[in-house]
Amino acid sequence: MFTCIPVYMCTLLMALNINEVRKDFPIFQRETSPGVPLVYLDSTATSQKPLVVIKAMNDFYRRSNANIHRGVHTLAEEATALYEQARVKISKFINAPSAHQIIYTRNTTESINLVAYSWARANLKAGDLVILTEMEHHSNLVPWHILQAERGVELDFIPVTEDGLLDLDAYKTLLARGPKLVSFTHMSNVLGTINPAAEIIRLAHAAGAVTVVDAAQSVPHFKVDVQALDADFLAFSAHKMCGPTGIGVLYGKMALLESMPPFLGGGDMIREVKLRSFRPNSLPYKFEAGTPAIAEAVGFGAAVDYLSAVGMDAIAAHEHEITEYALERLEEVSGVKVFGPSAQHKGGVTAFTLNGVHPHDVAQILDRDGIAVRAGHHCAQPLHEKFGIPASSRASFYLYNTRDEVDLLINGIYKVKEMFG
Amino acid sequence: MDDLYREVIIEHYKNPGYRGKLDPHDIKFADNNPLCGDHIEITLRTDESDRISDARFDGHGCAISQASADLLIESIIGKPLEEVKQLNKEYVLDMLGIDLGPVRLKCALLSLKVLKAGVYGLGEASDSLVE
Repeated sequence: MFTCIPVYMCTLLMALNINEVRKDFPIFQRETSPGVPLVYLDSTATSQKPLVVIKAMNDFYRRSNANIHRGVHTLAEEATALYEQARVKISKFINAPSAHQIIYTRNTTESINLVAYSWARANLKAGDLVILTEMEHHSNLVPWHILQAERGVELDFIPVTEDGLLDLDAYKTLLARGPKLVSFTHMSNVLGTINPAAEIIRLAHAAGAVTVVDAAQSVPHFKVDVQALDADFLAFSAHKMCGPTGIGVLYGKMALLESMPPFLGGGDMIREVKLRSFRPNSLPYKFEAGTPAIAEAVGFGAAVDYLSAVGMDAIAAHEHEITEYALERLEEVSGVKVFGPSAQHKGGVTAFTLNGVHPHDVAQILDRDGIAVRAGHHCAQPLHEKFGIPASSRASFYLYNTRDEVDLLINGIYKVKEMFG
Repeated sequence: MDDLYREVIIEHYKNPGYRGKLDPHDIKFADNNPLCGDHIEITLRTDESDRISDARFDGHGCAISQASADLLIESIIGKPLEEVKQLNKEYVLDMLGIDLGPVRLKCALLSLKVLKAGVYGLGEASDSLVE
């Protein structure tokens, strides 16, 4: 009697149950002011946290708290096991060949800096070309500016087209100049553009360059497979994917990580220390100096479990639907201009301007109705300059957002227009 | 909260009386709010008794930053430079007549910071000028 499942049931089974998902996040029970529920449209900045993540960290502090490694007592053993289990979960989540290739850092920014300080300083010299893009977050610009000032490396940029896509023909021209490194965002935190990472990496490798993928916005929102991408380095943060702040990851290919000098010196990253010398530890500990964010690693592991249970494909499909709807509704408001490509090339990020009203004022007035959007340049000042605007408002979506929330956003924008009309 | 966009603020934002640049001028200073990219430039003329004889602001930003700049410029014309050096946060907030959280406070105080840095002849504007 169970042999025949109707087709519509299959799609239902795959789809995400939004009401159940929202119940997983305690923050949605609060009101921003009496009678005003929270409409959280700022997940690109940081995501909300499900109860399972909060509970995992809470339980860690209540039951298992101890420093990791080298302790032989029960708690130290437990803490170490939890910390390392999380690393294994994360490695599987991005299909890394080994958990040793998962370096815990503070966040995506620190991961990129690790590459810039360790790999780049050991491998790049004056005149070497580093290719970035015009749509980078400051975290994938400034480390290279610092390297440029220090080493005299040359920086060039893959241009962004009017539609908010990378100009791949211009990229090919840049590659002819023999770059040593190509570092780019997988998904723009402003335009929402999902860049063709596998293609960018394939072309970079053909030109002999090493690649860094800023995956801060991609890993949280759709399935990312580091082996399918053939990424050399890939960086992301826990807090944008239902996990806690203060912890992120640098994934690297084994041979590259092995060849790199340590970044920060201190405890845990050493095999042996003499008064005048040290020998570094093996991977991944070589890059994890000092007591790390242990409870946060445990929370990160729980976040990865949670996202896997909901299903990354279901999350991506849900966000795509919400984004399509948001773009459609934003377009109907006169005076609103949305930046970035069509929904087909875009994740759940919609940056927009409203004619005659500063993004800060838009965000502030929306906040009265409990609607949280971000306003400013979103750490991508050069990109805003490219589009000739000082700032934008940005509504972004995650697994817990609904079409009703998009409607509230649109109603809010109409209110802003009325006030400044 | 509902007072944040009082008539006076919207009005000064939409129809500022003192937007522009003075050329020639005796004092000129400009700065940004790095968090949101708001930009304010102030140009001043002074008379022989070191009073501000005329002033203008230019730039872009949110209603709070632009309205507070317009109100501030309007209020300082005729004042001695020494008095302008003593102006503080409360002075601006009283004019705006609103309470602001830490983020928007920076918007409201950008013009005072720029003004004081210019009057003091500083190389760089510091937040300590408006605390």
